[in-house]
Amino acid sequence: MARMKFLCDAERCIECNGCVTACKQEHEIPWGVNRRRVVTLNDGLPGEKSVSVACMHCSDAPCMAVCPVDCFYKTSEGVVLHDKDLCIGCGYCFYACPFGAPQFPQDGAFGLRGKMDKCTFCAGGPEADHSAAEFKKYGRNRLAEGKLPACAEMCSTKALLGGDGDVVADIFRTRVLTRGRGSEVWGWGTAYGKPETQRPPQPGAKS
Amino acid sequence: MRTFSAIVITALFAAAGLAGCGEKPNVTVYKQGKYQGKPDNVPWQGAPFNNNQVEWEKAIKARNNGQNEYLRVGS
Repeated sequence: MARMKFLCDAERCIECNGCVTACKQEHEIPWGVNRRRVVTLNDGLPGEKSVSVACMHCSDAPCMAVCPVDCFYKTSEGVVLHDKDLCIGCGYCFYACPFGAPQFPQDGAFGLRGKMDKCTFCAGGPEADHSAAEFKKYGRNRLAEGKLPACAEMCSTKALLGGDGDVVADIFRTRVLTRGRGSEVWGWGTAYGKPETQRPPQPGAKS
Repeated sequence: MRTFSAIVITALFAAAGLAGCGEKPNVTVYKQGKYQGKPDNVPWQGAPFNNNQVEWEKAIKARNNGQNEYLRVGS
């Protein structure tokens, strides 16, 4: 089975925020929650670069490791999802995530922190596919419709690629070879550089 | 009395010296927890694929390749 991955080509991203809008619209995300956002480095300076960031569905996801109630799971397609019925909104996953993906809706007069919300790779959650409960909690399940995430499919410059990791990597490789520059893929090593489960340190090995 | 004090001091030095030998490895090993929530099904289980994994994979592959404009326009 394919391993689903995101890749953002910083050479192509024009900071249009189309991916952010597509995500918000597709899943009817409440105000204050941004499952995806565009980060611009050296904004306003020559050579500025923008990257679209969301949950990268890491191979060895730190959020899964730190969750005290073990509400995270990984699907057969390598998508990291969570059960909102279990989540206690502690925020540990937010501190563990290198991409700042977990979001917490705030509500009420005292800004009560709600259950964690994050990118689902448009794969819904543990509720029944296409059910009202699934849409309300996790958004639309495009993967079950045979579609890829809305952000990647909506990207006008095709800077944001999403889908089978091998295909996505091949597309990017062709681009780099054609244009002859811009081979850096930000976040790729952090998200997918480690094996599925971390091996325990060997006795006597250096840390 | 002096002999007793010397023994006590020697014992204290020996204990302090050996304390360093008991250092435990401090490398954190992430231990993935076991999922406690509801089970999820595979994406091709429901409509419109009705358990047809091959059709689902074909649809995803077509969408995947649709992102490659070099393929689309034929470079």
